[in-house]
Amino acid sequence: MTATAPGSTAAHTPEQADTRQIIRPYGDTTGDGMVQLSFTLPVPAGKRAEAAALQLAEKMGLDPASVVHSKAMGPDFTFFIVYGRVNHLIDYAGIPAPPEREYPLLTAQEVNLAIRSALGRRLVVVGACIGTDAHTVGIDAILNVKGFAGEKGLEYYREIHVVNMGAQVSVEELVARAKAENADAVLVSQVVTQRNAHLHNTKQMAAAFHAEYPTAVGPGMGRPLLVVGGPRFDTVTADELGVDRIFGKGTTPSEVASYLVHVLLPRKAAQ
Amino acid sequence: MTPQPKLDLDPEVVRTARRLAARAAEPIIEMARTHTTVSVERALLRLAGLAGADADGRPWVNHLADAVRDQVGLEHGVALPVWDALLTGPYPSLTELAQDAARGRVRFRLPAGDDAEAARAAARAAARAGIDRIDRRRAERDRMLREVGDPPHPWIYLIVATGDIYEDIPQAQAAAREGADVVAVIRSTGQSLLDFVPEGATREGYAGTYATQENFRLMRAALDDVSRELGRYVRLTNYASGLCMPEIATLAGLERLDMMLNDCMYGIIFRDINPRRTFIDQRFSRQIHARAGIVINTGEDNYLTTADAVDAAHTVIVSQLLNERFGHEAGLTDAQLGLGHAFEIDPSLPGSFRLELAHAQLVRELFPNAPLKYMPPTKHMTGNIFAGYLLDAFFNLAGMMTGQSIILIGMMTEGIHTPWLSDRDLALENVRYVRNACGDLAEDFVPRPDGFIAQRARRVLAESVELLERIADDGLLNAIADGTFGVTRRPPDGGKGLDGVVERADGYFNPAIEILDDEDPHAAATDEAAHAQEEVPA
Repeated sequence: MTATAPGSTAAHTPEQADTRQIIRPYGDTTGDGMVQLSFTLPVPAGKRAEAAALQLAEKMGLDPASVVHSKAMGPDFTFFIVYGRVNHLIDYAGIPAPPEREYPLLTAQEVNLAIRSALGRRLVVVGACIGTDAHTVGIDAILNVKGFAGEKGLEYYREIHVVNMGAQVSVEELVARAKAENADAVLVSQVVTQRNAHLHNTKQMAAAFHAEYPTAVGPGMGRPLLVVGGPRFDTVTADELGVDRIFGKGTTPSEVASYLVHVLLPRKAAQ
Repeated sequence: MTPQPKLDLDPEVVRTARRLAARAAEPIIEMARTHTTVSVERALLRLAGLAGADADGRPWVNHLADAVRDQVGLEHGVALPVWDALLTGPYPSLTELAQDAARGRVRFRLPAGDDAEAARAAARAAARAGIDRIDRRRAERDRMLREVGDPPHPWIYLIVATGDIYEDIPQAQAAAREGADVVAVIRSTGQSLLDFVPEGATREGYAGTYATQENFRLMRAALDDVSRELGRYVRLTNYASGLCMPEIATLAGLERLDMMLNDCMYGIIFRDINPRRTFIDQRFSRQIHARAGIVINTGEDNYLTTADAVDAAHTVIVSQLLNERFGHEAGLTDAQLGLGHAFEIDPSLPGSFRLELAHAQLVRELFPNAPLKYMPPTKHMTGNIFAGYLLDAFFNLAGMMTGQSIILIGMMTEGIHTPWLSDRDLALENVRYVRNACGDLAEDFVPRPDGFIAQRARRVLAESVELLERIADDGLLNAIADGTFGVTRRPPDGGKGLDGVVERADGYFNPAIEILDDEDPHAAATDEAAHAQEEVPA
């Protein structure tokens, strides 16, 4: 075993002791640093494969490491389970508190309850893929009952009325439908990014809504909330596009639903 | 082999349930017989051999069907205008005709008299050639099953979904070597909402691989190789659902896929596809499946992902009975009805495993000759892969105890990512252990008469009859509009694809439908089997 006693690491110098909080993974003894991991290497099973697995573990900072299980998966792959002592140290005090989502994440029931008690009617959401974009993956992941990442889409929420206009909807059609449905929110998804089509389309859409509702004070106050989603909006801000919010890759329906509740309902009901 | 009855179900109640399902299905079947859709018409063109797409990927069948629709409408079917144009124009084949039609250079008409007769005859010959090809594929499968070997139930069903057909192939072969009897290639997210079938071998998809004729062909050929290597026929599954259901069913028949996901209501409920479009497309797709000897898989498991698996247990039974009725009407045999259900009860509920056993045994007894497809837990799988592995083992156990036919292998990483190679390997190890430890446990498992399991099963059946009564009285379309299945409300005139539905006019002509409506879909296969037996030396 190594000479350094667990817990009494070099980090504990007198002047830093009160500000640093050094931690290592915990197996069954404080500071033992033990972790388990499993992975596959694209090589046939055998001694050489195990040596490769150990080398990988070492490079990952595991020392000592031991292969407790290795199994051939067909002729070309081997699966490993490896245990080892990781030599990395974490100063927990130096981990910044993660930025809070500016709104609480609600369950479907909480969203429904909030809408019911604050609005007394269903929240109306109109969604579409605009321009030539035929990729409804994003909008359908958020709106279809089928949903995304194990979460049901907004259609599943009893108190949300969803109008999913589908793909290749023109901005004029979208504005007209949003007006006709008295939409609380408009959700637009843009996947195709050739020649920055997603940015142009979104700006055009936002401008059309702002022109249609010239006296609006803000989202939910004289005009619908404008939300855009897609994988390639990380270079721009919502303000630049003229929308109220951008959602990126991996956004789930409940994040969107919680956001709608947060922004569109009077604050007390959303708590 | 018919499973032994264990629940003491009242046969009169079971008969009533089937009678009600037939009554509920009847108006829908009548609608399907009197309407067509853009995809049904395109399926005829595909059957007649029209393949390929323009430079932007828009298939020639779409160009041709759209041109006919714009000029003469679809209410008489595409066959008469298309084969009339082919016979009277300078076109060597449908492809050149479609290319010219795409450029707006073809004037279509509805031929009359001798011209109509000539077009009819040519269209019939083209449809017959396509059906013959499907028949040959079916005979080919039957021959391989005899020569290579047909694995016993339960079949182990595994999913592959990389998005790249050339990655899918080695993964599928690896899965087969590790014990998979059925490989399903999950489709790219959202393909069900495309009103065209993409072309060619594809290497990019969203959480799945596009269903294309070429991808079907490549994967079937790869599985044929591995089937011969393993001495066991490995089945291939894809999805005949969404807006192109009839076309995808046709491509599956042409490329010898073995099983197809094909539910009567899935697209309506979960994809907001228009109910009428779905039912019309579905009848044609099921007729093709019947002819091709393809086993359909229905999607009742999905209802339990939205609704509560205990409260909504009877909606699964009701949907299965409807799927059975629609399937039989379209010519599917019991052996082609892979009715679906799932292990989705909240594991924190006391007695959850007993309830699962009750539901699974009930389905087994209601459909004794159907190759039931049992789906693993998804809703209550968390990021805790260790707990998930245990839950999957209980699922496998329930499958063995109740004699399920097709067991979809649960992944401990369900909901985290598409399965890794190692996830599949561990999942197979799990099912192999359970199968080895208690593969024949169904023989010993007899629930106590009038015990918890028997009573629960009878109660679910009684609730199913009540719901079927309501559906038969109100109409199935109204029931769907009221949110009876999977909670979601779907009105008959809402959803995607309604504009592709056309009422058939007097004189509607579709030679594929003629063949499928008039002929016994299993006659050719029966002849082949009889013929094969004669060849066996005494």
